[in-house]
Amino acid sequence: MSIWDNLGLVYALLGAAIAVFLAGAGSAIGVGIAGQAAAGVVTEDPSKFAKVLIMQLLPGTQGIYGLLVGFLTLSKIGLLGGGAAQIDPQTGLLILAACLPIGIVGLISGKHQGKTSAAAIGIVAKKPDQFGKAMLFPAMVETYAILALLISILSVTAIQV
Amino acid sequence: MSEEYTYAVARIRALEVSLFSNSTIDQLIACQDYRQCLQFLEEKGWGDSETAGNAEAILTREEEKIWEVVQELSIGMENFDVLSYPKLFHNLKAAIKAVCTQEKNRHIFYEDVKIPGKEMLEIIQEKNFGKLPAQMQHAAEEAYEKLLQTGDGQLCDVIIDKAALEAVYEAGKVSGEPIIRDYAESTVAVADIKIAVRSQKTAKSIEFMQRAMAECDSISVDQLSKAALSGMDAICDYLRGTAYVEGAEALAESASAFERWCDNRIIETISPQKYNAFTIGPVIAYVIARQNEIKTVRIILSGKQNDLPEESIRERVREMYV
Repeated sequence: MSIWDNLGLVYALLGAAIAVFLAGAGSAIGVGIAGQAAAGVVTEDPSKFAKVLIMQLLPGTQGIYGLLVGFLTLSKIGLLGGGAAQIDPQTGLLILAACLPIGIVGLISGKHQGKTSAAAIGIVAKKPDQFGKAMLFPAMVETYAILALLISILSVTAIQV
Repeated sequence: MSEEYTYAVARIRALEVSLFSNSTIDQLIACQDYRQCLQFLEEKGWGDSETAGNAEAILTREEEKIWEVVQELSIGMENFDVLSYPKLFHNLKAAIKAVCTQEKNRHIFYEDVKIPGKEMLEIIQEKNFGKLPAQMQHAAEEAYEKLLQTGDGQLCDVIIDKAALEAVYEAGKVSGEPIIRDYAESTVAVADIKIAVRSQKTAKSIEFMQRAMAECDSISVDQLSKAALSGMDAICDYLRGTAYVEGAEALAESASAFERWCDNRIIETISPQKYNAFTIGPVIAYVIARQNEIKTVRIILSGKQNDLPEESIRERVREMYV
């Protein structure tokens, strides 16, 4: 079976890989940045562990969104069911394009959410009673990851294989 | 924007909670006597088990704690040059005087700097000025020779203090960090203004002032020294045309109000760092804030020890960072 005969499947698989890889990388960077800040606070005040842990986890959602789109794509092209569908290159490219929003937005928003979480951890360090307000700032960044997820899901499901 | 300092800044944010606020300082001033002040400080966690009841030991321990935290943050110590140079140059001054006067007083050096007392003494005794940092070598040689030739301790001080200001200013310029640059600028400008004020009061010559003052962007040494020759009003008039207009008002009020303004100006420079999450700024600001806090506590303790009235102590108390 030549790769050239299955170019459509290769494109679709590449789309799933991009969604998982880029969004996952964004989350890894974001959780890493927030984790450094969380460690700084816990070094001085271990009682704030639970609060800063929640802040650290906020940028982790992009990776989950990427995984979700990746699963949907794999399911769409039949790889999860055991039998790969016959996909022409044009459809494969459409699936690849559908995966791009969550991949790219996941990467960028993951990193920036991490930075916002780190700054919000600073608020929790000084004013723990303002935890609710502090959490809203990184949560705002999440909006755009959700929008990208929505478009990716709608696009992947709308493509006829 | 680098995330290099994320851990450090978050840790500093947690530590800022224990910095003294203006209301804590008010509580300290309100303590009935010196003993109660010490008890208050110990309840706030100042000092350790070995420093109980000894004010000087408590303050020294607190200064040590600052640098212990900084070392744990794994930040290059070259970033703190602007803060350590005054101590380093003090050691140079003390070593030159100790060598030239053959005095054997061991308690005049700072030990928490790049070149501690014993090492500095050896360098000066051997006249091995090449072992000193580049910005100290020329000043050290000149100050040593002048002190030997003339026996003029003030001239030795002037040469080294100016070299210290120039080193601070240069460290600020090369650091690339806005807070370090601004701190260096403020420190040098405030030092120049102090020199002008004191020179005016002691009727020093313009040559003396220009020899003692260091150049910086926000103050013209030439204009400030000429103003100092004309009188205190001329200094105030000159300051009104610079960024240090509040200094002129403080000068008009009293000498202690002016000294207070000088320190408050530095705190004002570092204040924006409370809202910065990713640069070295908050760490530098914390160190300066802690040093300011220790200085303020020292002022209050000596006020209490000498039974000064509350108003008199309050006039000398500095603004707090938090």
